[in-house]
Amino acid sequence: MFKSVNSIARLSLLSLAVLTTQISFAQSTQGSAKFPGIGRNATPAEVMAWDIDVRPDFKGLPKGSGSVEQGQAIWESKCASCHGVFGESNEIFTPIAGGTTTEDVKTGRVASLADRKQPQRTTLMKVPTVSTLWDYIYRAMPWNAPRSLTPDNTYALVAYILSLGEIVPDDFVLSDANIAEVQKKMPNRNGMTRNHGFWSVNGKPDVNGSSCMNNCVKFVQIGSTLPDFARNAHGNIAEQNRQYGPYRGSDSTKPPIAKLPGSSGEGLAHAADTHSSNAKGPAALFKNENCSACHAPNAKLVGPSIADIAAKYQGQSGALDKLMAKVKNGGSGVWGSIPMPPQAQLSDADRKALVEWVLSGGK
Amino acid sequence: MTKKQIELSAEDISAVEKPANRARLVKAPEHFISQELIADINANGLDEKRRGFLRKGFMSAVGGAAAGLAAPLAFAAGEGDPAILEKQEWQTTLGKNVATMPYGVPSIYEANLIRRESPGLTRVSAASVAFTPLQGLFGTITPNGLHFERHHQGWYNLNPETHRLMVNGMVKNARVFTMNDLMRLPSVSRTHFIECGANTGLEWGNVAVPTVQYTHGMLSCCEFTGVPLKVLLEECGADLKKGKFLLAEGGDGSGMTRTINLESCLDDTIVAWSMNGEMLRPENGFPLRLVVPGVQGVSWVKWLRRLEVGDMPWNTKDEAVHYIELMPDGMHRQYASIQECKSVITTPSGGQQLLDKGFYNVSGMAWSGRGKIRRVDVSFDGGNNWRQARLETPVLTKSITRFNIDWVWDGSPAILQSRAVDDTGYIQPSIKVLRDLRGNRSIYHNNAIQSWKLDSNGEVSNVQVG
Repeated sequence: MFKSVNSIARLSLLSLAVLTTQISFAQSTQGSAKFPGIGRNATPAEVMAWDIDVRPDFKGLPKGSGSVEQGQAIWESKCASCHGVFGESNEIFTPIAGGTTTEDVKTGRVASLADRKQPQRTTLMKVPTVSTLWDYIYRAMPWNAPRSLTPDNTYALVAYILSLGEIVPDDFVLSDANIAEVQKKMPNRNGMTRNHGFWSVNGKPDVNGSSCMNNCVKFVQIGSTLPDFARNAHGNIAEQNRQYGPYRGSDSTKPPIAKLPGSSGEGLAHAADTHSSNAKGPAALFKNENCSACHAPNAKLVGPSIADIAAKYQGQSGALDKLMAKVKNGGSGVWGSIPMPPQAQLSDADRKALVEWVLSGGK
Repeated sequence: MTKKQIELSAEDISAVEKPANRARLVKAPEHFISQELIADINANGLDEKRRGFLRKGFMSAVGGAAAGLAAPLAFAAGEGDPAILEKQEWQTTLGKNVATMPYGVPSIYEANLIRRESPGLTRVSAASVAFTPLQGLFGTITPNGLHFERHHQGWYNLNPETHRLMVNGMVKNARVFTMNDLMRLPSVSRTHFIECGANTGLEWGNVAVPTVQYTHGMLSCCEFTGVPLKVLLEECGADLKKGKFLLAEGGDGSGMTRTINLESCLDDTIVAWSMNGEMLRPENGFPLRLVVPGVQGVSWVKWLRRLEVGDMPWNTKDEAVHYIELMPDGMHRQYASIQECKSVITTPSGGQQLLDKGFYNVSGMAWSGRGKIRRVDVSFDGGNNWRQARLETPVLTKSITRFNIDWVWDGSPAILQSRAVDDTGYIQPSIKVLRDLRGNRSIYHNNAIQSWKLDSNGEVSNVQVG
């Protein structure tokens, strides 16, 4: 989903790279003394193409700018479906904005982190450096189409996020010239510590255990157990263990057995009760073909839920053919602005099975 | 018990168990004889009529072919175990040809031991976790198909022909290596554990998941082969005086980036292409990943495509928003990288069921990101009294060590714990000691002693003591 301008820019960069590669390849063996014939020097174009990281001192940041207003428009078309219009969504990932105050902008410490005022830790409550936002959005967003944003898009999106946290005003234009000043206003810029022993193998641990061997505690108190209602929350544990050997799985679809099963395993789940094997069918296909990356059974993710699709097309003649074509060729505009990428890798039979399954509501 | 009832129960079993398209062997049926018949035989002895029922049950349960019993059922004195007395199909017929499965797969009877996601843990599968079934593993090496998975933006099967590794930054020559280049270089093979920093993170607040697969299963241990990082950096003329940090970047959609602290890992970090003798599996970074022994898994960047030497940490998204620990005073611990000494009993463990009283080999794993395991102690009474376990060889640095201990269970409730000590003298702490200092809002670096409660019915469950 690169914009066409981008594609052209990339193409010309590529042909330049091919040219310079050939030139530098002839010189490259001189680079190595110890392992002659191994590797070659990178061309400047190659380094430029890959070395896109931006550090907290803004080394690596490309020139450019973007306004809050521009950012909002891009946000609503590319980001809001996962993160919410105001970066508040907790549906798929944790919220981006919220939980910071103007006082935090002054102190550089998010006060609610210490006193649990906020139920969630949002991105702006944590991230100390604006470079981090810029780097990640440019390299990896939108989630299902990474590397499709331009530097100016990225400046605009970062500006919009910062405006959501009231770190910059609504008419702000973020640029390579003023980004370092903005970083000095990040609400949690003083909230990180590296003063601990976990950064290095030679570091000093913060705690240590006891070496007591006998009569170590007055009484043993169980502080926490798995609640009864969660007994089967991870499926039937019997199916997640060997069905032979001394340690079997307990049948978590049933209450605990009353007494020891004995060496025959009497009362335990056995082959007649459990049926784990390689799951087949449309549900497995749905997961394995990555449909589940964007569609959930009942909740909107990047794309509509299975339940919503089933409801929309219920009873419509020709829905099967229509959706089969859409899965094959991709589509856009029906459920919002995020396009559905084409899934040409699927066989017709698999496509049909998937669409029928979706139309049945995933039953 | 009628003849019809016996045949019906046999049908039930053969209807469920259908491995015929994978192998001709049919799983030995369990429990095809009703409890009533067993009680009947126990009470009244085994006459010809009842013997006939038994035999008929065996035959029909396996579709006419003789097969062994999975567990010894009642049989009359003087007779014996049908698994011994009856000829088995695999003794009396021709088996499968060599290389029927050219890249082998586990026995069909091992189908239960697979990687699993924890339901509800993440909303999207492309940025999720699948846990290693530690409850079923032996020794120290994780089979490649069971190595845990954790991706940030989905995985791809990268083409090794077009894969490149670039080394740039504070180096004399920024260089590019193909897989052909890298695999010509002098390589090393080392066995190390990899543990996600969030392993056991679900348990910081309270017991949350039932089995060791979900409490500790973001842990694997493999023999990795590759070229030492130091060799590559020196080859490119890296400035290792000023360049104290390394940015490792992945070739996936997230372009995963992590800062590596060179001071502590330059000596043993590997740019690796092999895991347990085969190429890396795609979901573990094929064709190239970084191996950073002792350091949390997120730094072992998969699909590695770029290494940049620099003089300051990069503060990337996963270093500034995730993989940071919230302390009670509201400060975040950043770059908490080392996985400290930890252990867990894997058999028995949560969700498992002991069959009967008597002797058991209790077994588990211990590891430390700072060195070798020196000893492991095991308690059967919730930490009041401890006994030293046997450490099995090999005991390698920053690797999993297997421990075993003999135990005769008398049938009374028990709480099993293990406690590891590494060669720096560090002793694995209790969850209470950890929480007292770090609070309970962390996600990462929970290396607390794990407690498993064994009830008198033989069922083992996950509990926290204290």
